Amino acid sequence: MDFLNYALMQRALLAAVLVGITAPAIGVYLVQRRQALMGDGIGHVAMTGVGLGFLLNTSPVWMATAVSVLGAVLMELIRWYGRARGDIALAMLFYGGMAGGVMFTNLAPGGSNANLMSYLFGSLSTVSPSDVVAICLLAAFVVLVTVGLRRQLFAVSQDEEFARVTGLPVRALNLLTAVTAAVTVTVAMRVVGLLLVSALMVVPVAAAQQLSRSFAATFAISVALGVTVTLSGTITSYYQDVPPGATIVLMTIAAFIALTALAAPLARRRARAAAAAQGDGDPAECTIPATRSAGDGVEV
Amino acid sequence: MGESVIRLRGVRADLGSRPVLRGIDLTVRRGEVVALLGANGSGKSTAIRSIIGQVPLSGGEIELFGTPRRRFRDWRRVGYVPQRTTAAGGVPATVTEVVSTGRLSRARFGVLRKADHDAVRAALEQVGMADRAKDSVDALSGGQHQRVLIARALASEPELLIMDEPMAGVDLASQEVLAATLRGQVAAGVTVLLVLHELGPLEPLIDRAVVLRDGCVLHDGPPPKAVGQHALPGHDHVHPHDTAGTDSIRTGLLS
Repeated sequence: MDFLNYALMQRALLAAVLVGITAPAIGVYLVQRRQALMGDGIGHVAMTGVGLGFLLNTSPVWMATAVSVLGAVLMELIRWYGRARGDIALAMLFYGGMAGGVMFTNLAPGGSNANLMSYLFGSLSTVSPSDVVAICLLAAFVVLVTVGLRRQLFAVSQDEEFARVTGLPVRALNLLTAVTAAVTVTVAMRVVGLLLVSALMVVPVAAAQQLSRSFAATFAISVALGVTVTLSGTITSYYQDVPPGATIVLMTIAAFIALTALAAPLARRRARAAAAAQGDGDPAECTIPATRSAGDGVEV
Repeated sequence: MGESVIRLRGVRADLGSRPVLRGIDLTVRRGEVVALLGANGSGKSTAIRSIIGQVPLSGGEIELFGTPRRRFRDWRRVGYVPQRTTAAGGVPATVTEVVSTGRLSRARFGVLRKADHDAVRAALEQVGMADRAKDSVDALSGGQHQRVLIARALASEPELLIMDEPMAGVDLASQEVLAATLRGQVAAGVTVLLVLHELGPLEPLIDRAVVLRDGCVLHDGPPPKAVGQHALPGHDHVHPHDTAGTDSIRTGLLS
């Protein structure tokens, strides 16, 4: 455990844990609303913020936060009013954001797209102490929203129309979800990178679903899985000199495949138990005797 | 006559450029059970959804409990059962989790206390789903799913129930449970407005039927009686045109 002695590694591990918590925490609501790729869109928009940060010589993390929050609010407004042309508007937002990032980074004094690379795919070795402070503050906001407002966010994501009839401020909660997703993108940007952020929001949730029957369990398992993969990916990248972002994402997908393989027999057992609970006595599947007997009239 | 719980005056609504409601007048008084009937496309569901604010009006006004709907905030008094959709959420959720969302209108800051958990439990018991409380809603049959949606509406202990086709696609056993649940609610003084395709097992509960056709009120009065072969056991379809001969015909266009 010698890596714990390096300040750089301490910062990297702290950032990794916070990403492991926040990305699945907001991702579970996005998946429930069937907006799994929203994080990807915000990641594209955030590139303009990073570019602006270079150009104006301010912190790329805070600048990316500001721009991606604006982008997320815009996406939510397009969802309300856009309807038919909504997807075209979103496409323009995404690719405009990406092009803006490349343009601003090149215009910045001494800027080249090599600088942008560390934000696109993550670069733990360049996480500065001030980055860590920003990441901690932003992660605190995400946890506060996703845990503190879990019942309201669940209700809105589950059935928007019904949520409105219970008197919940549905539009405000939708906006808050979009803003929280945007903040999460900038939390994760330094660790896994803008282009891989969405994977950590979606894949742990998809993996957790293989085991869970409830929303609460899905939330807990996906956060636990998120922390496990971000920590082990970071440590692996320390020993093996592989890019941490890519390592983390590949590990998450491997976990998804493993859990899916494990869950198939579990799901069958549950289906049988449910059929038995209904009391109809009929097994869920046709059963075939394990061995033939002489009574079958077949040579054995 | 009791106070009016729902009141629609000259309500008009369009979907795109097509008028769906063309001047609906409808009053539901406290304790009444009113069925909204009509063929597909007659505007039943749009009328219900305009009452809860899901469809913008192009004319007329709606009052809930004597308050214009725009300023109505006391949603805890209303229990809403939407038309059941087969589209499930992207993440599994248990029966209890779904029914608990119905209690949020009474829970301050979304914090559920013991009384709230008890109310959720009681709602599940009313629809006979308490033993499935921890099961995923994805594992339920259509009828069981409908019972969960009704429990969700009952969780806030509402004074008014608004239901959109609660019996559609529901197996016979669940229909009986739903009818019994509704009987209990009506006996407790709850006001009910429901969209029905056919009166079916709910017929004895209905005080008044409002029949819509092409976005207009065609009949507002006692529930239409099935006639001819449709009166035979097993035939409980309602054909709005059969009621054209009854006395209290109002087209709604006149108002």
